[in-house]
Amino acid sequence: MAEIRLPANSRVTEGQTYPAPAGAKNVKRFRIYRWDPDSGKNPRMDTYEVDLDSCGPMVLDALLKIKNEIDSTLTFRRSCREGICGSCAMNIDGSNTLACIKAISDIKGDVNIYPLPHMPVIKDLVPDLTQFYAQYASIRPWLRTETPPPPRERLQSKEDRAKLDGLYECILCACCSTSCPSYWWNGDRYLGPAILLQAYRWIVDSRDEDTGTRLDELEDPFKLYRCHTIMNCAKTCPKGLNPAKAIAEIKKLLVQRRM
Amino acid sequence: MSLRTPLGRAKGLGSAKEGVGHWLAERASAAALLPLLIWFVIGLIANAGADYEAARAWIGHPVNAVLLVLLLVTMFQHAQLGMQVIYEDYIHNDGLKLVSIYLTKFVAYLLAAAGSFAVLKIAFGG
Repeated sequence: MAEIRLPANSRVTEGQTYPAPAGAKNVKRFRIYRWDPDSGKNPRMDTYEVDLDSCGPMVLDALLKIKNEIDSTLTFRRSCREGICGSCAMNIDGSNTLACIKAISDIKGDVNIYPLPHMPVIKDLVPDLTQFYAQYASIRPWLRTETPPPPRERLQSKEDRAKLDGLYECILCACCSTSCPSYWWNGDRYLGPAILLQAYRWIVDSRDEDTGTRLDELEDPFKLYRCHTIMNCAKTCPKGLNPAKAIAEIKKLLVQRRM
Repeated sequence: MSLRTPLGRAKGLGSAKEGVGHWLAERASAAALLPLLIWFVIGLIANAGADYEAARAWIGHPVNAVLLVLLLVTMFQHAQLGMQVIYEDYIHNDGLKLVSIYLTKFVAYLLAAAGSFAVLKIAFGG
């Protein structure tokens, strides 16, 4: 059944507070989920008071400042710091987004930061995305053709290329899938919005020749039809994409091939 | 603990290659219920304050009887399809899930049959 309450060892306790340096005028409180697998203790919420006058504008800037200047044990993923790698996906101020493109000034009150929801936690803000990546591999996300490769490029009309807009921009940060209740309850079998958007990206690609097999592999009560158009995915996507629409398009194609 | 690879686990038993039929049936029954329910509510309002014999006469009218049977069948069909989705979402014990789904189907078909029988009995002057 759905889990209403966290297991005893996962319940979050109150942690330490790191006060701002004396004389700081523009102080913002960052409350951050901490869990160390080696300590044997429950997760805790640590509070860091950060002087925004000496901090960059984005949440990731604050996290880096905390790690560099206040508490080097704080653990999180980050790489490109410009919203294209997807590493710093986390739950900030109640919704999943990328820390590097989320402005601190957009958040009223304390900044609450948790790892992506309902994923196993490796440490602090680092979730285990093994299942997510395995599901991505399971749709075989590459061009599949039978026609021998042409001597030069595989041609595509401008109209067909335009069909990939709103799909190719997905960076697989997992914000959408981990915001989806259907993925929380059935993530072992439901592919989730990110992977289904990627699946549609190959289904709709005019150069691909394996559309039927792709649809066959998706037609399943759990892999595809756990989507109930809740729309959390479209609401939370930090790239402004609409995975729910891509899923609806897959459902339409499955109907279309029976007509 | 399982030593299966993540990809092996993600692929699991593979695709059931069904689901579109259920999805379509849910939407088709919902679309059919819309006019049927509007007609039914209008019928109820038109009969407001009428006595027992007038209500029996209304149900017994051929057009009303046919539409009532259609309403009952479509409604319980839609209800059991929807309940199946809810069970699949929230029940993670395979045995309990199977029993819940089929018990609900049996109850829905039983109620649809009993309701239709009642309407037909009146229609055929039983």
